[in-house]
Amino acid sequence: MSNEDDTALTPSRRAFLKGSAAAGGALMAAGAAQAQEADPLITEVQDWATGLGDGVDATPYGLPIEYEDDVVRRNVPWLTADPISSINFTPIHALDGTITPQGCAFERHHSGAISMRKEDFRLMINGLVDKPLVFTYADLERFPRENHVYFCECAANTGMEWAGAQLNGAQFTHGMIHNMEYTGVPLRTLLQEAGLDAVGELSDKWVYVEGADASSNGRSIPMEKALDDVLVAFKANGEALRMEHGYPVRLVVPGWEGNMWVKWLRRIEVTDQAVESREETSKYTDTLADGTSRKWTWVMDAKSVVTSPSPQSPITHGQGPLVITGLAWSGNGAITGVDVTTDGGMTWQKARLAKPGEKMALTRFYLDIDWDGSEMLLQSRAHDETGYVQPTKTQLREVRGENSVYHNNCIQTWHVKENGEAENVEIS
Amino acid sequence: APAFADGYGLGREALPEEIAAWNLDIAPDGTGLPDGSGSVEDGEWIFSENCAVCHGEFAEGVDNWPKLAGGEDTLADKDPLKTVGSYWPYLSTVFDYVRRSMPFGAAQTLSDDDIYAITAYILYSNYLVEDDFVLSKDNFLDVEMPNAEGFIVDDRAKTEYPIFTEANACYENCKDDVEITMRATVLDVTPEETAEEEA
Repeated sequence: MSNEDDTALTPSRRAFLKGSAAAGGALMAAGAAQAQEADPLITEVQDWATGLGDGVDATPYGLPIEYEDDVVRRNVPWLTADPISSINFTPIHALDGTITPQGCAFERHHSGAISMRKEDFRLMINGLVDKPLVFTYADLERFPRENHVYFCECAANTGMEWAGAQLNGAQFTHGMIHNMEYTGVPLRTLLQEAGLDAVGELSDKWVYVEGADASSNGRSIPMEKALDDVLVAFKANGEALRMEHGYPVRLVVPGWEGNMWVKWLRRIEVTDQAVESREETSKYTDTLADGTSRKWTWVMDAKSVVTSPSPQSPITHGQGPLVITGLAWSGNGAITGVDVTTDGGMTWQKARLAKPGEKMALTRFYLDIDWDGSEMLLQSRAHDETGYVQPTKTQLREVRGENSVYHNNCIQTWHVKENGEAENVEIS
Repeated sequence: APAFADGYGLGREALPEEIAAWNLDIAPDGTGLPDGSGSVEDGEWIFSENCAVCHGEFAEGVDNWPKLAGGEDTLADKDPLKTVGSYWPYLSTVFDYVRRSMPFGAAQTLSDDDIYAITAYILYSNYLVEDDFVLSKDNFLDVEMPNAEGFIVDDRAKTEYPIFTEANACYENCKDDVEITMRATVLDVTPEETAEEEA
């Protein structure tokens, strides 16, 4: 997918180096603890300590402070033919904890982010049900609700890295992901409202789900999953879904590839076979080395990445205490541990989980080290409750080759140099 | 009995014309196909008018827009070309997707006969039918898609999970040395920081 000939793309590393170019100054600033001259930020009265700030009527709904304006979604123009059916990336290199702020949580559309009023929303359930139904948005709010935190990871996350180290930053290599607290109604409840008595044996039945947008993004989900933990969600992180995330209603499919999290949900059809739609034949199928392809690769396997230090988050403070941190997640259950290596995998140590892992949700890990200023080859390796351990890219390639496009959950390597700058690399 | 044991009584029954308007999906066995037909000859004209600006006059693709034809026997190559002819397993998906979601930016504007004709033309562009072919609901399932047998159901539980386990996780003396074999900055295709550019 590289495009070395495109002269419109003349990215340089200046932006990333800027952080490390400032490292010299930062090092001196770090030495302020031993400063002989008094710090004017302390000894001189600052404006904010004498004047007034904004009133409570200034910002009915606020945005982050301007000094955080680099913590934004980014896109990579050469990845897709146009920006409508395209992807952007969550700035995971700059975030901490596990909850993704909705305003910078990644987007993936196939025919753009559509705008629909709640009043215009309709959800149909049809097919092999006792009584086909139409719900309004107001109807959905009257069903018993649940709250759950889950990650939504695009099946193509890290996909550009199959053939080699390509994009230089955790945002670009691992940022097709977000993690939110959802409020919604179990899909099971809605299916039961339409009635499944007449459908017969449930185990060989499917639900086909589609959105209201032009792409429709139709996908087939086996009934077992539909009746288990799929959620018809209308709130995320406490508030209504953002337009770009499916307002007013989206599907939440815990642990499964993001493509199945149908946005602007409009129809659920109970069927006796998979529809084998475009999004589960042409796309979201994974070609192996021999030319055959896997289909229905729904689960996202255990994965992790060090978010800092990383190419967009270089070390600027010099030697001494260093917080290595990152994210781990698994579609097969809870994360039970994360290992970190600083020497490219010759030795590994166990990182600290900020909180015990939750099923199908992002988990934050930390490893606090005393950095001596020498080069590091940083990696993280996730374990989940099934006993699965995140593989290397070499291990994955041995099974799949390099053309499966999706489901790249390999171990990521950052080469941290003596000046604190970090680079996306592959190692032996 | 507990409250709501018989359901919540929310929503109302969907009317037949409402279901007909939205229930457009077509399964591989032809379930959902509408009445109608279309020829390669008509399809060539309709494709030229509605599709060729992105997909090319011969469905070969323009710029980065998807190629709909070509790529026969490339699936095991280093850079496979996956098209309707080389990759897609079912013709039902072509009809279903084109009818619901194409043309890009003006979806659901073509008639069922138009879609049959476009589908026939895409088949012709992939050398799968002759130029006098007419596709209809009746002969739809007679078309053989080259890669119909090219897919297997997710087998990770057999081929991967037994290998990627705790038992194989090393902690000490895992390898003797380490070398960098590839660097992202050699490719140099990462966009610059937007904020830096604007500053």
